[in-house]
Amino acid sequence: MQWINALVQGLLLGGLYALFATGLSLMFGVMRIVNLAHGDLAVVASFLALALVGGTGLPLWVVIVVTVPLFALLGYLTQRVLLQGSLSSGPMATLLVTFGLSIVLQNVLLEIFSADTRTLDSGSFATSSFHLGPITVGWLPLVTFLLAGAVLAGIGVFLSRTGLGRMLRASSDDRETASLVGADSRHVYGVATAIAFATVALAGLMFAVRSSFDPATGPSRLIFAFEAVVIGGLGSLWGTLLGGIVLGVTQSIGSQIDPAMTLLAGHLVFLAVLAFRPQGLLAGRTA
Amino acid sequence: MTLLSIRDLTVHHGLLRAVDGLSLDLERGEVLAIIGANGAGKSTLLRALAGLDSPTSGTVHLADRDITRHPAHRRVSAGIALVPEGRRLFRSLTVEENLLTGTYRRRPGPWSLERIYELFPWMTERRRQNAAQLSGGEQQAVAIGRALLSNPDLLLVDELSLGLAPVIVRRIYEALPEIVAAGTTALIVEQDVSQAMRVADRVHCLLEGRSVLAGRPAELTSEQVEHAYFGIGD
Repeated sequence: MQWINALVQGLLLGGLYALFATGLSLMFGVMRIVNLAHGDLAVVASFLALALVGGTGLPLWVVIVVTVPLFALLGYLTQRVLLQGSLSSGPMATLLVTFGLSIVLQNVLLEIFSADTRTLDSGSFATSSFHLGPITVGWLPLVTFLLAGAVLAGIGVFLSRTGLGRMLRASSDDRETASLVGADSRHVYGVATAIAFATVALAGLMFAVRSSFDPATGPSRLIFAFEAVVIGGLGSLWGTLLGGIVLGVTQSIGSQIDPAMTLLAGHLVFLAVLAFRPQGLLAGRTA
Repeated sequence: MTLLSIRDLTVHHGLLRAVDGLSLDLERGEVLAIIGANGAGKSTLLRALAGLDSPTSGTVHLADRDITRHPAHRRVSAGIALVPEGRRLFRSLTVEENLLTGTYRRRPGPWSLERIYELFPWMTERRRQNAAQLSGGEQQAVAIGRALLSNPDLLLVDELSLGLAPVIVRRIYEALPEIVAAGTTALIVEQDVSQAMRVADRVHCLLEGRSVLAGRPAELTSEQVEHAYFGIGD
């Protein structure tokens, strides 16, 4: 029974990994930008929420509702101001810019908030749970999973049903031809980055409620996003969801075998996919 | 009435002067074909008109508006649509989604998804298929439909017949009169000279980026065209 429990907990955690990885996948899919600051952005969102809760005393859900759109706006501006210029200089330049951004963000956080480990307190909600037969399901992991699923489905609908979403996919296929049907690539890229930042902020806040964080947490989070994306297959939204779930379930089952195995199990699956199915489990179609 | 007016246009392709001081006028409702050998500057000219390559000097006016420095996406709103060389459909999108990308900056006009399906009836039942699964000729038709859906005043078609069987090419060109009748002006680049002479009201022959021969197909002898095409004589 504890194995089924591990499976369920892993599944729920996987939804969060998928949400966290979506932005990384989207930015690479549309702009071929590997955002090395992805993990740090999640941590920045956590600290921002911490400061807002501490400073204004607003309830956590209000802070989340404020932080996520703020990050979307921040994403749009980051693309237009910081990343767009480096895009024409090739993939190495964008990699360096995001690497630089990662270091700057970590040090700014260290300067403002010190190196102390923090958590976002969501009150009794973080620990409350209900019984489903023999399995105990936490409300927080369940809500996290459902929210992640809803956001991914929303992005899926946006990409497949709206004109702008179609342009995102078209630009991902062929930027020049997309401009021939009227896509302003700077705007399209801005929108893609806005979605990426909004999802990474939401994921960052959920991580912050679940577990502790400090200014240097970003890079170790980033590896989870990379693993989810690579396991699932690059550029596929549903692949990312699958990749996140595989990673979550593997870690959860790994920890069931031996708590020290948690992270290692995930890394091993990641390595196995890289070695035997480098295109990912669900390769092929964009979005 | 003049729709497109090109004056002394020079476009460099790397170090090469691909289009060299070209001037050209296009009347509304006309079909102009540009012919010429490989490397004569035909495609570069179309890419410059669509805003993909920026000219070194010269001007381009569309309906008396100077669009010389407009980027590609703004030219779509201004009324120019290019069917690029090699079709360039979006591989991960379905046929219908490819067509719908053309409506992103839709201008008012006669073309709608239904109208495209009337023009190419086979598309209706294949609209949910992935665009990459179509044959070359079918892809070309979708690329034309995609361009038409923005309701352009000026349709640019680059190398329509490239890599397609002659019978397919003829069938696609059969749609041209209907497109022009709907009020669209067409500028086509064609390597297949006899095909160009058949469908165009006027032809220009390019050689090393310059227009060396221009006229109505009926008024040109095949010898004149041959000489201009290969740059023989005078």
